[in-house]
This record gives sequence, structure tokens and C-alpha cells, in this order.
Amino acid sequence: MRSYLILPALLLAAAVSACGGNDDAPVPVQQTGTKRVDPATAGSIAGRVTFQGTAPAPATLKIDADPACTANGNTLVDESLVVDGSGGLKNAFVYVKDGLADYAFDTPTEPVVLDQKGCKYEPHVFGVRVGQPVEILNSDATLHNVHAMPQRNGEFNQGMPLQGMKLKETFTAPEVGVPFKCDVHGWMASYAGIVAHPYFAVTDATGAFSLPNLPPGTYTLEVWHEKLGTRTQQITIGPKQSADAVFTFAGSS
Amino acid sequence: MKAAPSTIYNRWLHRFAWFLAASTLLLIAAGGMVTSTDSGLSVPDWPNTYGHFMFSFPLKNMVGGIFYEHGHRMIASTVGFLTIILAVWLWKVDARRWMRRLGFVALAAVIVQGVLGGITVLYFLPAPVSVAHAGLAEIFFCLTVAIAVFTSPGWLEPARPPANDAMLRRLTAFITGLVFVQILLGAAMRHTGAGLAIPDFPLAFGRLVPHVWNQGVALHYAHRVGALLVTLAILAVAGHVFYHHRGRRELTRPATLLLVLVASQVTLGAFVVLTGRQEIINTAHVANGALVLVTSLTLALNAHRARFGNSTRLNIPGSVGLSTGDIQPGRITA
Repeated sequence: MRSYLILPALLLAAAVSACGGNDDAPVPVQQTGTKRVDPATAGSIAGRVTFQGTAPAPATLKIDADPACTANGNTLVDESLVVDGSGGLKNAFVYVKDGLADYAFDTPTEPVVLDQKGCKYEPHVFGVRVGQPVEILNSDATLHNVHAMPQRNGEFNQGMPLQGMKLKETFTAPEVGVPFKCDVHGWMASYAGIVAHPYFAVTDATGAFSLPNLPPGTYTLEVWHEKLGTRTQQITIGPKQSADAVFTFAGSS
Repeated sequence: MKAAPSTIYNRWLHRFAWFLAASTLLLIAAGGMVTSTDSGLSVPDWPNTYGHFMFSFPLKNMVGGIFYEHGHRMIASTVGFLTIILAVWLWKVDARRWMRRLGFVALAAVIVQGVLGGITVLYFLPAPVSVAHAGLAEIFFCLTVAIAVFTSPGWLEPARPPANDAMLRRLTAFITGLVFVQILLGAAMRHTGAGLAIPDFPLAFGRLVPHVWNQGVALHYAHRVGALLVTLAILAVAGHVFYHHRGRRELTRPATLLLVLVASQVTLGAFVVLTGRQEIINTAHVANGALVLVTSLTLALNAHRARFGNSTRLNIPGSVGLSTGDIQPGRITA
């Protein structure tokens, strides 16, 4: 009986051990340079991210698994695809993927705040610098766990059982689209873009973004969205020049 | 007077063994709910729960995913405690040395299982550990059911000489192994997120054989092929039992139950896909799969009964010093 179990067991073990992470996650280019940005020649890129097609109306989330989440009539809607009337796509992360390798940037010590409030993460998408602290708060009168699932940084899962509790985490490598989730409240999700420079933005409700104080050069600009994936384009800006960039994701019509 | 070990049918020991087996099925279902609701990491620490000793964690805080994960841990601890009682009980009252050892093998298995559960939480659910946790759960369930069978009156005092059918022994051993491999494939599918890698049923991407292949599709498709093989094997075994051993209830009953369970299992599997892994259906598929395994095992054990010889034969009633409540007159093997 044993011999015929060996092959399937080996095949199963091989299949399971082959399980890997998502190697398709966007990876910003690491900073290795020493040049400093000269404000006298810096320009900017501004633009918009749009969704072409008919976006589904955001669904109301079922959050009654925890009475604390529905207290005071609290309701939540799905934020994974938010499009305004003119096609502007909210919560897309725009950043310079390549073109800044010659530059060096100081790392901010001021933390980026990620709050758990009303059983949702605020903000839904955020950017943070490599080495910059992320301060995670629990503003709710219930338990949360905060579970970050990066591919190139260290995964962590911390319990935050008390209201007002704070913890700080830092990331050591650039990585965009790092999911944060609460396993207690399965609908809670947030995404971080971790970059090594200050040229990133999250689109607002109209899909607009801007990247000011950018040194002259040719850049690969990428936009990442949790559901729609990525779009990339090259942009060149001269000294004191402003450039426009428009990204479009095609949805189902 | 202290009771001497014996192999007399002990009604309460046998009932307790079944109670442990039923509790283990509940535990497997609770574990199924943890994975079906993606709650495995809702309690980040182990063995504590948010810093509390497990049984002092406030019930009011059992919300969301914590309800499933912490509930699973509490049921698991209870099963562990019941296993200690069973192991000690067997050690005290059962004259069969291998049975006394089997009780402690079950105890060792449940301890290792608890540690595997802790490791998989602390290391963020690595698939190999989670699959091992699922596989050992099935082995432990098999041990509890085997102990219940070995302490049953039908085992200790067969009404007539057991069947001696080499083909049946081979077939039943084969299906038990095959079902176990199929469950491991299912566990690998669950823990690698491949449950909907093939989104349609009964076809795969509209075809008999998928035209798109990756790890998830391969695992999922292997599980479907495995289901077909298991179904065919069980049909063959049941056919053999009904053709050659129609009058033997110890064989026909598990064979009949196997047919019902495997039909339910295929139906549940189809609905898992068609409902997009609805949590209750998904969990029912896990629990029913465990029942298919232990029913196969029961049939296999009964088919192998002759191999156990007369080792279970017993002593004269009354001579072993058991209380009258423990002895069932007329149910003692001679």
C-alpha cells in the first residue's frame, strides 16, 4: 500500500513547495546616486488617471460580523474601484518608476499614518518612503489585527486589541501595491506604495495627481491600481517645465 | 477492587471513543470554516489569544474572524483534553498492548497537530505547513475512529468468523489511501488559493481538459481527476462487497454509506465551484470528505478483521473485576 502513495505524495510536496509569491508586483528602481535636486531647475508632472467604460456602482459591504462596526449606523462601501462621473479613477498610485537613480534623497522621519476607523483603513491607498515609519492606529472600540503582506519586505501580523493603540513599522525595500488587511474584518483592505524618493501621489476623487519639484530628465512613470493593474509611460521634462500625463484603464463597456 | 486490563466490551469506553471521534469531526469542520472565511490569521499570537490565556479570552471579543479562529482553538483544546482521557483510559483497562499504544499515538498526533496549528499562524500560513496541518487532522480523525471500531462489540465479539477476502483487503486499503491522497490534493488547493482556479463545472474552461495551465489549474484539475478516480474505486469496492458479502452487515453498511457520502461529496464539490466557494458549502465539502475517509477506513478495518486473529478474545466475564456497568452479558467474546 505504501509504494503507490509515494509518487502522489512526492508530486504533492513538489507542487506545494513550488508555491511562491507574486513575482509580478511592480518594483521601483532602487536609488543609488548622490546627486541632489536643484529647486531652481525643477519642473513638475501633473495629470489624471481615467477609467474608460462603465464602472459598477460601489457595493455596500456586509460588515455585521462585528457589532462595533455597525454602531451608530455605520455603513461602508467597496473602495476597490471608485470612478467619478467623468471617468476619474480614485485611489490609483502614481510614481516615478525609473529615471531618478542618480539622485539621493533624505528619508523623512515624520510617520505616515494609517488609521483603522469605523472598521475601514484610512487612507485606502497611501505612499511611504523606504525607511520612513508607518504609524498604525486603532481608533475603533474593537479588536483589529493589521496584517501586511509584502513580497520583498518583511511580512507582519500584529494584534491591536485596544482602542487608541499605536504601532510603528518601516519597510526596507521599494515595493508598490503592498496589501494590508484585517483578518478579523475581512472587508478591510489598504495598499501601500513604498518608494525610495518623494515623487509619488495617490489620485483624488477626480483621478487627478501631481508630482512637483521634479528635476529635469526622462522618466518612466507608472500608475498602479489594486484591481486594474499597471500602466506605464515615458515622459521627459526640461528645466522649470511642467508636463501633463494621462493614463487610461479600459473597463468593460 | 482495582480493575485488571481486559478486552471485554466496555460500553462507556466505546461511547467515549465515538464521542471523541464526533468531536474531531466538529473540529475539522471548525477548521474548514477558518479557511473558508479566510480567518486563519485573525488571531496573530499563539498559544495566547490577543495576550489572553485561551480560555480567559472574553467571549464578547469573539467577533468577525476571531469567532472562527479562536473557536477552532477552543474546540481543539477540548479534543486534546478528551484524547488524554481516552489514552489513559485505554492504558488502564484494555488488555491489548497495541491498543494501549494506539491511545498514546493518538495523543501524540493531537499534540503535534496543535503545534502545527501554532506554527502555521506564527509563520503566516505557509502552504506546506497548512497542508500538513490538514493532513494530520485527517490522520488523527482516522485514529479516533479506529479506536472506536476496535472497542466496538462488533469487533470484540464478531457474530461469526470474519470475512477472509484478500481482494477486498487490497481494494479497501487502496481506496483508503486514494481518498487520503485526494484530501491532501484538496488541502493543497485550498491553502494555495486554487479553489476557483478552474471557474466552471463540470467542464474546465469549457473543455474536458483545460487549455490554460499554471500551478493552480494543475492542482485543481488533479483534484477533479482524483474525485473521478475515488468515485470509480468506491463503486468497484461497493460492487465487490454487495456481490461477494451481501450478508455481512459489517461490510455492507460502510459500503452503502460510502456510496451515499461520495455522491454527496461530488455534489458539494460542484457547488463549491458554482457558488464561488460559499463558506458553508465549502466547509461541508471538507467535513464530508473526512467522513468519506473514515468510512473507507472502517470498511478496510472490517475487511482486515481476520488478520487481527483472536488477539481480542476475552476473558471470562466477572473474572476481570470490572464493574457490572462495564460488562455487557452476552457480549463477551469467548
